[in-house]
Amino acid sequence: METKIKYYLQIADNALILSHRLSEYCSRAPFLEEDLANTNVALDLIGLAEAVYEEVARMEGKGRIGDNIAYLRKENEYVNSILVEQPNEDFAHIMARQFYTDAFHFYFFTELCNSKDEFLQAIAHKSLKEVTYHLRRSSEWIIRLGKGTEEAKQRTQTAIDKLWKYTPAFFIESKADVQMLKNEVGVDLHTVYNQWKQKVSEVLYLAHLKIPTSDFLIKGGKEGVHSEYLGYILAEMQFLPNKYPDAVW
Amino acid sequence: METTKKSEKELLLEFEEKINGEQKIEPLDWMPEEYRQHLIRQISQHAHSEVIGMQPEGNWITRAPSLKSKKVLLAKIQDEGGHGLYLYSAAETLGVTRDQFIQWLHEGKSKYASVFNYAALTWADMGAIGWLVDGAAITNQVSLQRTSYGPYSRAMVRICKEESFHQRQGYKIMQNMMEGTKDQQEMAQDALNRWWWPALMMFGPHDGDSPRTNLAMKWKIKRETNDQLREKFINKTIPQAELIGLKVPDSNLELLTDGTYKHSDINWDEFWQVVNGNGPCNQQRLAHHIKVHNDGAWVRESAMLTSLIEE
Ligand SMILES: [Fe+2]
Ligand SMILES: [Fe+2]
Repeated sequence: METKIKYYLQIADNALILSHRLSEYCSRAPFLEEDLANTNVALDLIGLAEAVYEEVARMEGKGRIGDNIAYLRKENEYVNSILVEQPNEDFAHIMARQFYTDAFHFYFFTELCNSKDEFLQAIAHKSLKEVTYHLRRSSEWIIRLGKGTEEAKQRTQTAIDKLWKYTPAFFIESKADVQMLKNEVGVDLHTVYNQWKQKVSEVLYLAHLKIPTSDFLIKGGKEGVHSEYLGYILAEMQFLPNKYPDAVW
Repeated sequence: METTKKSEKELLLEFEEKINGEQKIEPLDWMPEEYRQHLIRQISQHAHSEVIGMQPEGNWITRAPSLKSKKVLLAKIQDEGGHGLYLYSAAETLGVTRDQFIQWLHEGKSKYASVFNYAALTWADMGAIGWLVDGAAITNQVSLQRTSYGPYSRAMVRICKEESFHQRQGYKIMQNMMEGTKDQQEMAQDALNRWWWPALMMFGPHDGDSPRTNLAMKWKIKRETNDQLREKFINKTIPQAELIGLKVPDSNLELLTDGTYKHSDINWDEFWQVVNGNGPCNQQRLAHHIKVHNDGAWVRESAMLTSLIEE
């Protein structure tokens, strides 16, 4: 049970922490239409996280609710990938982070549709619809920026390069990944990685951008070791439940 | 010369007949320059208000105390951005571009609702803003659904539906807090204390001090005066406050036999201070908008270039 819960949390935490970064960006996009699109993605991700946390609370059977799981853990109990914690440096970073994550989500949920776990299968189907749209949007942006002005091209290449080193965090198998794959609940991350790599290469090619070659890779997240950013994210997110533990909002 | 002057007069007569006959004026119709200017000013100010209004609430998304409240708040702010879009589009039918409107905003030539120059300090402010600020906005906008300019009127119809939703959600936040712990109740009361007067100020100066009201009423851009709308809002909001145990911060409140309330007057000195740029957050709000706009310039430039190539 504990391993299964951890597997669930890997899915939910990625969505939650990325939605937090996108929420920070609200009212800060380059134009209004894009602000609304950014919010759409954030809303989808919160919805995904919420559904999974509620299921975790139910599985646990300790009388907790989804919000308790979302809000009340210690930093090293969050198992999101380190990529989604990375800050909103500029629009290029936001889109590169989004593109890498959307491509991961797309192939991950595609595989997860075959899970023997009914809940995961259902959530995979639902998320896949949303993520298909997310991936289309972020791919198109990467291509447009790559083929755009010199400044756009440069900024986007910088972001693609800089965030590349955090992408293995999605694919390195945690103990939960290994166990759940064995039980036919989880997905084979090697398959997901190959598809992800191909998609990323294809989009970068269309964008006239270079595929990063750096071997310096950072693998944090899934085992609870994070970047310094996560502490601040949680401090902000958990502020009210921490300060008023008895309050219901 | 004589004939053109005459036809201008005829056009004006026709225009006023249309208005008196409750027909909408559409973008290609002839309209007096003063009417056009009034609309450009009012609709763009309204659009800017929706967009600047995203800031005080946006300030709390990452601190929303539950996932549900986070979703509701985020969706609400998204609605406000959508209202901004409809309204910029309505304003653009008058021959001015969105870029121009934004430039005027940045140059201080175009204003936005002063209420957003107050700070959103606690989570209860998310309740108070929805309940009072959106509540005041609807009171005004319901009336504007019947405004004489077609595109503005249609934008208002769409917007009103969402605003009343926001108002109920905001009230619900306050209600939950009033049913909660002592800390929550105090937080809710404190938010009402801070937002009550700014919400009343949203309706603008007294009718006698509102120089453009006459023409706007005559041409049915406005259908009710500032004071009429303010009284409506006060009369419907005080009972809502009392119902959940909140106290409206006005020691002179008195329920009259006709169901309306006697109340204190607004602090007009504060009102004009904030209108003229000296509110708690005027500089912060505008600086935020300018910075974001400048930071995004390279994206817009690049997007423009690629859309040209693709065409
Ligand atoms: Fe609005
Ligand atoms: Fe609203």
